[in-house]
Amino acid sequence: MRRFILIAVPYLWLLALFLVPFAIVLKISLSDIILAIPPYTPTLDFSAGWEGIKAFFGALDLENFRFLATDDLYWKAYLSSVQIAFIATLATLIVGYPIAYGMANAPDHWRPTLMMLVILPFWTSFLIRVYAWVGILSNEGYLNQFLLGIGIISEPLTILNTNTAVYIGIVYTYLPFMILPIYSTLERMDASLLEAAEDLGCSRIKAFWLITIPLSKNGIIAGCFLVFIPTIGEFVIPSLLGGSRTLMIGKVLWEEFFNNRDWPVASAVAVILLLILIIPIILFQRNEQKQREADK
Amino acid sequence: MRITILTTTIALALTTAAAGAQEVRVYNWSDYIDEALLEKFEAETGLKLIYDVYDSNEVLETKLLAGGSGYDVVVPSGTYLQRQITAGAYQKLDVSLLPNHDNMWSLITDRTQKYDPDNAYSVNYMWGTTGIGVNVSKVRETLGEDAPIDSLDLIFKPENMEKLAKCGVHFLDAPAETIPFALQFLGEDPDSHDTDVVAKVEDVYAAVRPYVQKFHNSEYINGLANGDVCVAMGWSGDILQARDRADEAGNGVEIAYHAPKEGAQMWFDQMAIPVDAPNPEGAHKFLNFIMDPENAAAASNYVYYANGNKASQEYLLDDVINDPAIYPDEETLNNLYTTTPLDPKVQRFVTRLWTKIKSGT
Repeated sequence: MRRFILIAVPYLWLLALFLVPFAIVLKISLSDIILAIPPYTPTLDFSAGWEGIKAFFGALDLENFRFLATDDLYWKAYLSSVQIAFIATLATLIVGYPIAYGMANAPDHWRPTLMMLVILPFWTSFLIRVYAWVGILSNEGYLNQFLLGIGIISEPLTILNTNTAVYIGIVYTYLPFMILPIYSTLERMDASLLEAAEDLGCSRIKAFWLITIPLSKNGIIAGCFLVFIPTIGEFVIPSLLGGSRTLMIGKVLWEEFFNNRDWPVASAVAVILLLILIIPIILFQRNEQKQREADK
Repeated sequence: MRITILTTTIALALTTAAAGAQEVRVYNWSDYIDEALLEKFEAETGLKLIYDVYDSNEVLETKLLAGGSGYDVVVPSGTYLQRQITAGAYQKLDVSLLPNHDNMWSLITDRTQKYDPDNAYSVNYMWGTTGIGVNVSKVRETLGEDAPIDSLDLIFKPENMEKLAKCGVHFLDAPAETIPFALQFLGEDPDSHDTDVVAKVEDVYAAVRPYVQKFHNSEYINGLANGDVCVAMGWSGDILQARDRADEAGNGVEIAYHAPKEGAQMWFDQMAIPVDAPNPEGAHKFLNFIMDPENAAAASNYVYYANGNKASQEYLLDDVINDPAIYPDEETLNNLYTTTPLDPKVQRFVTRLWTKIKSGT
C-alpha cells in the first residue's frame, strides 16, 4: 500500500500538470472558431447530460490539422525551429564544456564559488537579462561602442534583430543547463585513469579524447537535451532579440492565437510541436535510465 | 517609464491585496497616461487603482475572449471594440453614473458610432492618426533638403528606403495599420476587404522589406528619441512623445511627425467596461474621472494625443491644441480615413500575408 502511494504521487503530478492541460489543448484543436467568449465551439456542457457529451464529441473534427498541411508556413517554421535549436545546442556545448571542465579541475576550495557564479544569473529575472542583451547588441550598444572605440571596426555591426542575436541569447540563457550536468559527470571521474593513460604513453590531448570525453558522455547528452528541448518552442528570445526573418514555431503560434484569434489552429500547432518533442524527450529519458542502471 | 509603471503596479498590488472590492483595475496602452492622474483618482475616490499596460490590441482581445480578465476598464481601438461588442465582451454604460458624459465632443462621438452604435458601450479616451515620424536632420542629410517627409513616398519608394536603411527604419507590426497604409499608397480603398486588392500590398512591402530594421509597435519611441531610428511608421502621439523625450535629453535629435498627405488612418481608443468586470461601479467612477475636462486635458498634455472631450480643450496647453500633428486642421481632417473589422477569413488572409511580408515565408 505504501509503495502504491509512493508511485501514485509522481503519476498524479504528471496527470495534473501534463495530461490534463494536454487534453484541453487537444480538445480545442479539434474545435471550430467562433466570435464569442471563449472563442471556440463546441464547449462541453455537462448540464445537458449524456446528450451534451454526445453532441460535444460529434462536433469535433480534424479540420485544423488538415489546414496546417495546406500552408508551407507551418512545416517551414517547425523545421527552422529545429535547426535553430540544433545549432544553438551545439554552440552551447562548445562554450559550456570548457567551463565545466575548468570547474571540475579547479582546486577544491574554489568549486563552490565557481558553482555559485554559474547559478548567480538565475537570481535576476530571465526577461530582464534578455533585455540587457538588447542594450549590449544594438547598433549604438555597448558592444559596438567598445569595438568602435578600440578601432577593430569602423561601422557598427548589425547584430540585434538577426539570428546571430538569437543564438547569443539562447547560448547565454541556457548555458547553466549545459554546464551543470557535464560538471557533475566530470567531477565524479576518476583522475587515476588519466594518470594511467599517461603512464602508458598517451599524450594529454589524446587522453582527453579517449577518456575524458567518453566518460562525460552522459553529461553531454543530458546537457544537450536540456538545452535543445526548451529551445525549439522558445518565444521570448526570438521576439526580443530576433528579426522579422527569424522564423520559429513559438512566434507562429503566437500569431495564430493573438492575431488570428484562432485558438483551434493555435492548439493544433501546439499539439504537433509536442509530438515533435516527444522523440527527444523519450531519448533523454532512455539515457537517464541507462545511466541510473550503470551507476547501480 | 514602463518599469516605473510596473513597480508602482506591483507596489499597489501588494498594499491592496486585502482591500478586495475597493479596487479598480485598469488595463490601458503603455505610455498612455500622466501617472499623476492615477494618484489623483485614488485621492479623490478613496479607491485603490491597479493600472496595467499592454502594447497591442491583440493581447487585450485575447484576454477578453478568454474571459475573466479581472479588469474593470480596458481601452480597445475602434475595430477591435466593434468585434468584441459582437462577442459579448462588454456591458452597456450606465450614463446616469457618468455626469461628465456631456463634455464629449460630437465630432468624435459621431465617428465612433461606426464601431459602437449610439456609443452605448464606450467613451473615447484618445484618438489620433497613423503616420510617419522622422529624425529631420538625419533624413535630410541622407536624402537631401527636399526629402518627402510628409509623403508615403518616403517609406514605400525603394530608392528612398535604400538610403534610409543605414540610419534605421522601423515599421509597425500591426497589419490593421500597415495594410491600409500601403493600399493608400497604391491608390486603392484603404478599407478594402477584397483579398485580391489586399494582396497587392505584398509587392509594395517586398520592394522595401530589405531596408526595414524592425517591425515593432513601441520600440520606435525610444529608438527615435535616442537616434537609433531615423524613420518610423507609427502612431501620432507616440512619435510626438519621442520628440519630447529627445528635447528633454538635449541630444540634438529633432523629431517631426506627419500624417501622410496622401491620406492617413484615423483611429479611436475607447474606454469600455468588460462584461465580467469585478467592480463596474468603480469602473464608471474611473470613466467619469477621465471625462472631467481638466483630467482629460492633463492626459492629453502628457501623452500628446488628442482626446474626444470638447470641454477639455480650454485646459490644453497651447503647443498641444495648436499643433496640427495632434489636433489636425480642417483640411487634414477631411483627408483621414477609418477602417472596419475584417471577417475571420479575410483576417486570416491578412495575417498570413503580413507574416509572408515580414519573414519571406
